[in-house]
Amino acid sequence: MTELPFSFPPSIEPFVLPALYIVILVAVFPLIAGYIVLLERKVMADIQVRLGPMRVGPHGLLQPIADAVKLLIKEDIIPAKADRMVFWLAPVISVVTALVALSLVPFSKYFFVADTNVGLLFLLSITSVGILGIILGGWSSNSHYPLLGALRSTAQLVSYEVALGFALIGGLMVAGTLSMQQMVHAQLEQQMWFIFYQPVAFVIYFIAALAETNRTPFDMPEAESEIVAGYHTEYSGFRFALYFLAEYANMVVVSSIAVTLFLGGWLRPFPNVRLLDFLNYAPILAMFVLAFFVFLGASRERRPIDKMGLAGLGAVCALIGLLFLVPAVLDWVQGLFWFVLKVFLVLYTFIWIRFTVPRYRYDQLMRIGWRWLIPLAMANVIVTAIVMILF
Amino acid sequence: MIETSPTSTFLDANELVINMGPQHPSTHGVLRVILKLDGEKILGTECVIGYLHRGVEKIAENRTYMQFAPYVDRMDYVAAVSNGLGYCEAVEKLMAIEVPPRAKYVRTVLTELNRITSHLLWLGTHALDIGAITPLFYCFREREEILKIFENYCGARLTTHAFRIGGLQYETYNGFEEQVRAVCDTFPGRLDEYEMLLTNNRIWLERTKSVGILKADEAIDFGVTGPVLRASGVKWDIRKAMPYAAYEEMDFDIPTGENGDTYDRYLVRMEEMRQSLRIARQGVDRLPAGPIIGKVPKVIKPPVGEVYHSIEAPKGELGYYIVSDGSTQPYRVRVRPPSFVNLQALDRMVRGLLIADVVAVIGTIDIVLGEVDR
Repeated sequence: MTELPFSFPPSIEPFVLPALYIVILVAVFPLIAGYIVLLERKVMADIQVRLGPMRVGPHGLLQPIADAVKLLIKEDIIPAKADRMVFWLAPVISVVTALVALSLVPFSKYFFVADTNVGLLFLLSITSVGILGIILGGWSSNSHYPLLGALRSTAQLVSYEVALGFALIGGLMVAGTLSMQQMVHAQLEQQMWFIFYQPVAFVIYFIAALAETNRTPFDMPEAESEIVAGYHTEYSGFRFALYFLAEYANMVVVSSIAVTLFLGGWLRPFPNVRLLDFLNYAPILAMFVLAFFVFLGASRERRPIDKMGLAGLGAVCALIGLLFLVPAVLDWVQGLFWFVLKVFLVLYTFIWIRFTVPRYRYDQLMRIGWRWLIPLAMANVIVTAIVMILF
Repeated sequence: MIETSPTSTFLDANELVINMGPQHPSTHGVLRVILKLDGEKILGTECVIGYLHRGVEKIAENRTYMQFAPYVDRMDYVAAVSNGLGYCEAVEKLMAIEVPPRAKYVRTVLTELNRITSHLLWLGTHALDIGAITPLFYCFREREEILKIFENYCGARLTTHAFRIGGLQYETYNGFEEQVRAVCDTFPGRLDEYEMLLTNNRIWLERTKSVGILKADEAIDFGVTGPVLRASGVKWDIRKAMPYAAYEEMDFDIPTGENGDTYDRYLVRMEEMRQSLRIARQGVDRLPAGPIIGKVPKVIKPPVGEVYHSIEAPKGELGYYIVSDGSTQPYRVRVRPPSFVNLQALDRMVRGLLIADVVAVIGTIDIVLGEVDR
């Protein structure tokens, strides 16, 4: 914990920082989710030889905000034959569980809401509850396609949860802890990212995570070309936005688990090698490089408002970079920078896969899960146990 | 009619009847398929068509032969050039008009290019249905190059109305040959690119192999034509069997499949695009000089009689049956659209499969609803 410049009464002192972080997460995360969507659309456009959103703001930078506003001011429609109460509740369950899961993510040494000794277990259970939101949403719509989508997701999520759990056990055995912070410290002490100890577990986790978050090639529950929009076919406006938010929050959560357990969490690469200490200044460099490219983009814009907007953004980036020059600030953002960078890379892989491969069929998906992933994950646990006992 | 399959579970409550379409993202327009499901398994289907019925055949009876020509472009709007070719040739056959060789060659080149655009659209949407989003955009990139040739030639990109009864309306533009050759040069590499994405892709194989099997004898019984028939192993292509335009002088192969599944149909169409390029290249290389339109009377007034003429459109046999009563307007025009006939096989192909396969099979039959409903 950082030393605060002023003190609170001891009875509430432990809650102050977490409460602050909760507010930050809840307030900022929807915005971040919006920009992950923009990132996805831009990466998609790049893969598909086109430009993507370019109209709203320079390079479509304001597109997420326009989308959010559009969704929020849409008419709120509840189908006449829907179960109103459940219909209302379902997206709330999805989004609340997804946001609660974020509370356990160790963004950095200092920035986390809670660190419990059953951290990962709690994360897994809370994301399992999130599935309820999908099932109930599909069921309460009282419509065929959502029902099919809900049935698919139930089967898919339940079976992939098993593989996911077993894959994580492999990592946990090496880490020797369930606490998310301790996992990172364990990797610091053992001087090795656990992906190198547990490559099989990481691959299985990654595949299962794709299924868990309904991403291609496992996006059965919302396979657009088959069952329209799956479980959220009947949802529109704000409720749809909630589902959307929950989906992206879940993506961030599963990527964060992968980063924390397998990719060294908020540690920089080679944290114990003194020679590479210059990597500590990477956040500063990153901000200045970002500012440089934004200024470059600003000089190419034609409309003055775009020019000014981008220039302003560049100035903000440069100012943040200057702020990082303060050692205390740099120390604080250090972990956050590496964590966000790693999560970004995992998310990028998710997106990359989505636009490269076709979709599995439902029965094939179940076959892969039960016949390959789960036995493989179990074997991985057993082999890990044997190796750990022998050596 | 939907009949209950004997293999269905004994509880009727397990059966679910749902409507796929007419507003569904992957029924390629306004096709409505009523699905009877047991869980996700298809017990039976029924196609409801007619949402895009425009009475094209009836319109023909109130238009002169010349006036009706643009209407045929609106049937299979993805392959408008082929439609126009079929109609013009049918009328020419009725009136015994001799088309000059240059017109025949230009017709052949444009029709083959149109076959490629049609197959490209099929490939993109078919892959999209199966979940591969990206190939669609690559396909459209290449399609654009060919549409530019159409645009330069006749001013229109989609519903081209490129030909006239008796030959061509327009002489080819400067640089026509070069532009076609450029497409022929760049396109094979692009085709390899698509094949790299799909042909050996494990997921693609699992989604298409042994899905929607149509055996050769069944295909013939249904009257299925085009790539769907050839993928079942029947080597039947009207371009070879009953050559029209300049196909007699062209050198090309007819690709066939073996199993008649979705994957074979995919391979057949991919190979057909390569063959079309061969034909187009031969066409521009040997393009003869001379007039572009034969001896056509000012007023088209065919003698009393009837004619049936069919061509190999990208989707199968496209036939025109025209009855003339000696006036300037046809007495009756009947179109045999390939999509309409091929669509019959849908129920046979999807029974016992899953919902995901229905969209794959609809995609692989390659229907255009404008042509099904007319």
